[in-house]
Amino acid sequence: MSNEAVLKIHDLDVQYYTDAGVVYANNKINLELRPGERLGLVGESGSGKSTLALAILGMIKPPGGIAGGEILLDGRDITKLTEEEMRQVRGREISMIPQGAMNSLNPVMRIQDQIIDSMVDHELGLDKVTMERMAGDALEAVDLNRNVGRMYPHELSGGMKQRACIAIAIAMKPKVIIADEPTSALDVVTQRQVMQTIRHIQSEMGAAVILIGHDMGLMAQFVDRLAVMYAGQMAEIAPKEQAFRSPMHPYTDMLIESLPRLATKGEFHGIPGITPLLRDLPPGCVFNPRCPKAFAPCLKTTPKFLEHRPNQWVACHLYENESETARS
Amino acid sequence: MRYSWSFVIKRFGLMLLIIWSGATLNFFIPKLTPRNPLREKLLQEASRGGYIPPGFEEMVQAYEAKFGLDRSVWQQYLSYVQDMLRGDLGFSISNYPKTVWELILEGLPWTIGLLITTTLAAFLIGSLLGALMAWPKASKLFRYVLPTLLIFGAVPAYVIALTLIYFIAFRLHLLPIGGGHSIGVLPSWNMTFILDILQHALLPALALVLAGSGGWAIGMRGMMVTIQGEDYMTFAEAKGLKNWRLFYRYGVRNALLPQVTGLALALSFIVSGSVLVELVMGYPGIGTLLARSINQLDYFMIYGIVFVIITGIAITMFIMDMIYPLLDPRISYESK
Amino acid sequence: MERLKLSLRYLRRNTSLAIGLGILVFLVLFTIIGYMVIDPLIDPYPLAGPASTAPTLNYCPRTDPECEKTEPKAYIFGTDAQGRDLLGVAVAGTWMTVQIGLMAGIIGLGFGAFLGFTSAFYGGWYDMIVRWAVDVMLTVPGLLLLVVIASSLGNQTITVTGMGLIIASIAWRGPARVIRSQVLSMRERPYVMMARLNGMGGMSIIFREMMPNLLPYLGAGLVDAVTAAIFASMGLAALGLGPLREPTLGVTIYWVINQSAFLRGLWWWGAVPIVIVALVFVMLFQISIGLDEVANPRVRRSQ
Repeated sequence: MSNEAVLKIHDLDVQYYTDAGVVYANNKINLELRPGERLGLVGESGSGKSTLALAILGMIKPPGGIAGGEILLDGRDITKLTEEEMRQVRGREISMIPQGAMNSLNPVMRIQDQIIDSMVDHELGLDKVTMERMAGDALEAVDLNRNVGRMYPHELSGGMKQRACIAIAIAMKPKVIIADEPTSALDVVTQRQVMQTIRHIQSEMGAAVILIGHDMGLMAQFVDRLAVMYAGQMAEIAPKEQAFRSPMHPYTDMLIESLPRLATKGEFHGIPGITPLLRDLPPGCVFNPRCPKAFAPCLKTTPKFLEHRPNQWVACHLYENESETARS
Repeated sequence: MRYSWSFVIKRFGLMLLIIWSGATLNFFIPKLTPRNPLREKLLQEASRGGYIPPGFEEMVQAYEAKFGLDRSVWQQYLSYVQDMLRGDLGFSISNYPKTVWELILEGLPWTIGLLITTTLAAFLIGSLLGALMAWPKASKLFRYVLPTLLIFGAVPAYVIALTLIYFIAFRLHLLPIGGGHSIGVLPSWNMTFILDILQHALLPALALVLAGSGGWAIGMRGMMVTIQGEDYMTFAEAKGLKNWRLFYRYGVRNALLPQVTGLALALSFIVSGSVLVELVMGYPGIGTLLARSINQLDYFMIYGIVFVIITGIAITMFIMDMIYPLLDPRISYESK
Repeated sequence: MERLKLSLRYLRRNTSLAIGLGILVFLVLFTIIGYMVIDPLIDPYPLAGPASTAPTLNYCPRTDPECEKTEPKAYIFGTDAQGRDLLGVAVAGTWMTVQIGLMAGIIGLGFGAFLGFTSAFYGGWYDMIVRWAVDVMLTVPGLLLLVVIASSLGNQTITVTGMGLIIASIAWRGPARVIRSQVLSMRERPYVMMARLNGMGGMSIIFREMMPNLLPYLGAGLVDAVTAAIFASMGLAALGLGPLREPTLGVTIYWVINQSAFLRGLWWWGAVPIVIVALVFVMLFQISIGLDEVANPRVRRSQ
């Protein structure tokens, strides 16, 4: 496993221009993804995680657009690509596993045709028989019978549909897979099956996965590193253990605290306050209105996103001053 | 097997029900008027002096027998239904001894030819243009210019036909003014005759297509807008599919389904429009026949034509019901 | 005043509605001013003026050489082959056609809505019969039903009111189906169930809870019903079953066809009713789209 990042996001800004004002959906996002790595992306609704996913896929549509920064895929800045070049990247180098599999499959096409049409449009130059075989392989890889390919979506159960979507996403062995809350709509049992499928495929193919969600428990079981977003900005990125055991950003801390634990039954800890509107962000650190540890600089300047500890990146004023007592 | 016998039979029964209802209305509505127009008409013809059509006495007797005015209404109705079932629509008053059915058969091929081609053309062209109007990646021309052409859809087809006659046929002499084929040319199956027919059919067809496309375009545009918000469109785009494939296989293909349903519902309006266009252009189909019959108050013809049209529509709806499962794999008519 | 300003600003965004209402205002003004200029009992009828005159500002018959100096008559829309002053026809005919449309449309909508409402609300046998009737009536082309009805009236001449009533006899089909399906879906909605649980009576539920939500459909339904009624009246007239003595737009077009106006070069005879008819239909069409946008803003936002 090479150490060179397959995906590097550098100071990415995504904005939407609405009648009501500019919405800062993504603000100076910095992220690195290594090959074969599993990265979890968590945040409340409205934190900008889905926007980030769309931005990586180049699918931000007017009235929105990428306002700054770069996204490097194997060193190539994909924000600068033409529409046609980006289309080639989609599905082949970066692919997506959608959230609502119920509606993500074309109702009037057979499953295998939906796997194959992507191959055809990427001009792989393969003949029909080979493509059908590859489609069948993809289906088997997600634990579906080969002849599911001849069926229509309405003939499949929810879990099968989701797995079909995964098969479509991996058929051309992409380098990066973005799984946008792939199990939200499923029951717990199916959730587990689907997550196991994703893990299995991903390790076999060596693809990097960004798993988007807000189920911390699921994250804990699946990911190597955790990225926490808040109000359009990246709050913290840390390896899993460090994120759970010694979170740096107060938001991460409160998120993990709010997980119900078997040991301490009874009280639920929430996070007081509500997420700010993305077009009406508070000055200074975006979390300061709800942060229990906020102090003077938090109200004035936005903290920079820096590697304050080895392998752990955070944007928080608490760590910026060397003279501050280090947190243990 | 996507079909089951029970489904087919149910739909067939529905078709028969419509035909029967149409025939019944045809029978009872004239009876509801306080006067008996048939009788009056026949008496009028008789008292005109000058010219009494040959066979008039026989016709009066046939009329008496068929409608058996001395029998009860229900008996009359029963014999009427029997006649309908046998396909006996009676004699034409104005063209005795030709039967109603004979005259209808002369005009039917013209009407069916015109109807089928223009309906399909208006549907396909209208739907395609409507889809293009709603597709953000389509050229600006489609998105902004076409909506203005939608206005044609508001005006009745025969009004458009009149305008076309004036400008294209009368002023510019590009196409013939009316009729199905040039006068004096004997119908025969050779190229020149066929071209002649096409020339004459062009203006009526053009009027019908211009008037008809508008409605389909608007419906299709609405459907495409809805579909673009669907999850499968987003996922398809994330797969990196080409623009045209997204448009046709994912967009249009799905939007077409409700449009086809709409087609079945719109059949009666399409027929009405076509009838009037035929009238205006003197096209030798059922429409002109109907207008002439009204003019001459040839009641048997009028009722006969109305019945045949209703039957035609019912049959077409049945055929469309059968086709629908072929288009949408989700619909299966198996009995559960 | 505030409301007026808000409405005007809304109109600027909803171009369809704006265009439609604009044409409506124009037609209303045209009719009002027109009635002040013409003599409605003479001008729209045969022999009001010289036959087959092209639109002119100073008509003078050749038999009267003095006329040009003193009193040339203007026929700005010309006259038809039977001497009708086409300006008179335009003014009186438009109003007559609209009358027919309104009459049939309002009666049709009223009766249809009543049927749809009651049948969806009360259900049972009544609903089944109404549904069957409406389905059959809708499958059969309206024009043909009207042909059967109108021709069965024999040789009596039909009046404008008569036309309105004849068309009303089938105009209820569409509204009945639309309103019925709307009420059916509304009946199961939570707020109706709440009202029922609260003990509200049937009629009271209909008027206080459901009516306000039906208003957009009734509004659109009225525009559609009037459009369909005018369509039908013109179709009937073209076939010769209209009020032949009156100069409605449909009947005028009938004469244009019947008398081969275009082939005789009398283009103005056809142009007058065609242009007005086109305006009327475009107006109704734009208003219908405009109302649709009011009810369904999503379509607008996608452009």
